[in-house]
Amino acid sequence: MSNETVDEHLKKSYEFGWSTDIEADAAPPGLDEETVRFISKKKNEPEWLLEWRLKAYRHWLTMKEPKWAEVDYPKINYDEVIFYSAPKLAEDAPKSLDEVDPKLLETYEKLGIPLHERAALAGVAVDAVFDSVSVATTFKDTLAAAGVIFCSFSEAVHDHPELIKKYLGSVVPIYDNYYTTLNSAVFSDGSFVFIPKGVRCPMELSTYFRINAANTGQFERTLIVAEEGAYVSYLEGCTAPMRDENQLHAAVVELVALDDAEIKYSTVQNWYPGDENGKGGIYNFVTKRGLCKGRNAKISWTQVETGSAVTWKYPSCILKGDNSIGEFYSIAVTNNLQQADTGTKMVHIGKNTRSTIISKGISAGRSNQSYRGLVRINPKAEGARNYTQCDSLLMGDTCGAHTFPYIEVKNQSAKVEHEATTSKVGDDQIFYCRQRGMSEEDAVNLIVNGFCKEVFRQLPMEFAVEAQKLLAVSLEGAVG
Amino acid sequence: MLEINQLAARIEKTEILKGLNLSIKPGEVHAIMGPNGSGKSTLASVLAGRESYEVTGGTATFRGKDLLEMDPEDRAREGLFLAFQYPIELPGVGNSYFLKTAINAHRKYRGEDPLDAYEFLKMLKENMKVLEMDATFKNRFVNVGFSGGEKKRNEILQLLMLNPTMAVLDETDSGLDIDALRVVAKGVNHLRDQNHSFLVITHYQRLLDYIVPDYVHVLVDGKIVRSGDKSLALELEAHGYGDLAQTA
Repeated sequence: MSNETVDEHLKKSYEFGWSTDIEADAAPPGLDEETVRFISKKKNEPEWLLEWRLKAYRHWLTMKEPKWAEVDYPKINYDEVIFYSAPKLAEDAPKSLDEVDPKLLETYEKLGIPLHERAALAGVAVDAVFDSVSVATTFKDTLAAAGVIFCSFSEAVHDHPELIKKYLGSVVPIYDNYYTTLNSAVFSDGSFVFIPKGVRCPMELSTYFRINAANTGQFERTLIVAEEGAYVSYLEGCTAPMRDENQLHAAVVELVALDDAEIKYSTVQNWYPGDENGKGGIYNFVTKRGLCKGRNAKISWTQVETGSAVTWKYPSCILKGDNSIGEFYSIAVTNNLQQADTGTKMVHIGKNTRSTIISKGISAGRSNQSYRGLVRINPKAEGARNYTQCDSLLMGDTCGAHTFPYIEVKNQSAKVEHEATTSKVGDDQIFYCRQRGMSEEDAVNLIVNGFCKEVFRQLPMEFAVEAQKLLAVSLEGAVG
Repeated sequence: MLEINQLAARIEKTEILKGLNLSIKPGEVHAIMGPNGSGKSTLASVLAGRESYEVTGGTATFRGKDLLEMDPEDRAREGLFLAFQYPIELPGVGNSYFLKTAINAHRKYRGEDPLDAYEFLKMLKENMKVLEMDATFKNRFVNVGFSGGEKKRNEILQLLMLNPTMAVLDETDSGLDIDALRVVAKGVNHLRDQNHSFLVITHYQRLLDYIVPDYVHVLVDGKIVRSGDKSLALELEAHGYGDLAQTA
């Protein structure tokens, strides 16, 4: 493929490269105890939460940034990062969408988030997080009728403090790792979902994120709790505008599933990946963990990751309850100079637990991608079962794919299976499709979709289409 | 339909086609035979637009348009089909889905609406019946795990589904047993009429018993050295390329 065509594709490839010029109410750059207090005050938080944050901040000061991942990036200067930024809203919170800043609504319009009648027809409730503050949350009433709580994390701190106190940090403790500790100190907002006993959440829950002001770290915190026999399907999708400076995104997501409960968490991630020379782009260092606390609990993580300059995340499951199930379905795409070190951890603790890992990695351009997976079977985990399938697809000759499977089995009745394949998208395959009348792009999409089929099948239908489009955009110009 | 004039082409530094002339009119079936290395597959690849081959001279016009200027997918959409000698595997891509995508790409080019699911399935069923193919074929991944014969049959299925005006069959008979050969020929003949032309590239006379050509050409060292009717194939079968190879 000629350089001209590649350049054309790349220029148009990132659609969401623009920003709203809303005046942001931001903290001064850098992080100290004052910044933490500033954030807590802005959100009107109770004393116990401020203390929690300060505990985390003080511990963070003693920690060192981890360096073991297969990724290479310039050192983050925390003194230059702005840790809190919110769009300026009227003093009183908006009582209806009419009161929300019209520029904000325009933002959502562009991102394709329907915050009005259309959303009702689609049956999708949206909790839109703009920078560090949640704006309108729709369908609170409909969900309230079902007994479902779906609101911003900040709201939950005020309206359901007992639940936050009970579950916050129960899956990802403050001191888990460098980034979770940082997040615990400065987290801005996120989603809180609570499904009471026996309730099947009547609609897909969704949230959108956006990093706007320059140098703003996005530290969202999400907590989802499904009580006995409850079910919820939650979708997280992100877009971000073009920036020159790298932006840090260190989120924490905790899932708790009690007896017979099921949580399905799907992510379609499209953060700005940096330009073709690796400049700019988001650093996505996320800790996501699900605890199958009760018997027969089930947690599934499904992700389609196409963005970020550097991705470092391992959505994991702790299978504590007997017969609990953990699943991880992933498609990770890297192009140009993106880097990813991603995978999952399945920790089997209870009896007869099962885990399934299906990881599809697509590398293109000069990108580098690593799958890192841990399957740990504890001594008391009788009858544990794991199936792992780890496939890599290489496009072109300058990309890389690596696999680091860790398997630790301490119980003799366990069965662990691991399969891995590596293949290349060949010129022959592309030519074959072209000879049948398909354009080169269509050919690549066809082949890539075939490769990713198993994972797409796991996504909620409405978002499977978006994911496929996203994949197509990410791989434009990748074959050459 | 297809006019080729003094076509010269090479791959890397090796000249393979050295001034090939060929003229195929609508409704005609031409066979090309020749010794190994004569350029038969190169001709097929150059016509289809394979980028690894460089055209160094000559022209090729298809339905009045400059074929060599067109991208491979446009050549296909104009009505040129190549049945590959070594069909490619596409893991994860269902046969049925592949066909539907290809058909709709053609239809879009012609300004037509995509084929509806019902019509598509009907057409698929009918063509699979002609080729005596098992119903399970449609769900299998394109050529994955197919035997040689199944792959060739799949090429002909695509031929029938896409209905090209000019089909180039690149050694479609290689690796086929008599029954498979018969079925493949049945498929080709099914399409044969005033509006369809075929360029059949083959080593052996055997296929030409079933797909009876209007013209037979002998390709030696990148040029067509002799042309005749179907009896020429029989002559080659009896005497080999010997003299003709010398003539080149």
